[in-house]
Amino acid sequence: MQANIYIYILVMALVTYLIRALPLTLIRREIQNPFIRSFLHYVPYATLAAMTFPAILTSTNQIWSAVAGFAVAIVLAWRGKGLLMVASAACITVFLVELLPFF
Amino acid sequence: MNKGVFWKGLRDGLPICMGYFAVSFAFGIQAAAAGLTAFQAGLLSLLNLTSAGQFAGLGVIAAAGSYIEMAALQLVINLRYLLMSAALSQKVEPKTGTVSRLMMAYGVTDEVFGVSVLVDGTLYPRYSYGLIAIATFGWVAGTALGASAGAVLPDRIISALGIALYGMFLAVILPPAKKERPVTVAVLSAMALSTLCAVVPGVRALSSGMRIILVTVAVAAFCAAKWPVKEQ
Repeated sequence: MQANIYIYILVMALVTYLIRALPLTLIRREIQNPFIRSFLHYVPYATLAAMTFPAILTSTNQIWSAVAGFAVAIVLAWRGKGLLMVASAACITVFLVELLPFF
Repeated sequence: MNKGVFWKGLRDGLPICMGYFAVSFAFGIQAAAAGLTAFQAGLLSLLNLTSAGQFAGLGVIAAAGSYIEMAALQLVINLRYLLMSAALSQKVEPKTGTVSRLMMAYGVTDEVFGVSVLVDGTLYPRYSYGLIAIATFGWVAGTALGASAGAVLPDRIISALGIALYGMFLAVILPPAKKERPVTVAVLSAMALSTLCAVVPGVRALSSGMRIILVTVAVAAFCAAKWPVKEQ
């Protein structure tokens, strides 16, 4: 295994990079088809929402700190706070909740 | 002006950097356990810049799997980047040249994509470079540190940082969800569907990358059919 670790790394990098590079370099025009345009409009919301939940619940050491961080993030994000503020507040909440004696 | 865009990217990328640090620290520890040196783990992170794919790749390396198996695995897990890259192609400043596009493509990760595709107006490559620079720094530094000294950071800190990326995602998707009804539906139904996918036998066994593709395609297609986006 030690002998070919670098080949593994290169294979991984090559496949991953091609997936990322092809659409961005090949699709040079604005897509005209209204369905595809609309589809791509909704892609980020659907992807990010699907990645966030339920994964956020298991992103920390225990579920209750994650639930608390999730709640704080929802409130702040809903009020339009910036990325750094929402992310930091969620982290601090998790940290504080995990300091509580009964966890 | 252009310089300002780069700095804005750096600043907006700070939460990505924090979150990546936590996740890649864990990756570094696992890579060391699989027999990689800190250099190899750091190189792997630098060249791949992807979380699920790297963790799964470690499994193949540890089991001495074939290169074909490795390539197929990466293809399946990272196929979602194809959708993201296509969405970015519609967002990026149309005059952007091939070299800039190739450079932006390096940084198409879930998080960099999420932030860059939803900026107001057109996406300028320099903004992406700012995001990518700081995100990559967090990812590679965390990996190398995790691989060489897994025990230096207290567990509590790692745990707290673990939620950073998700907090950032919420900050990106909730404000538009508040304004536009179809986006509200897209966000809530995607969360519900992905929860379902995580518990239903059979579907649950799919890789997380595959499940995300399924949910994204289903939700985006539904919303696109029901609420077509009007021409700008």
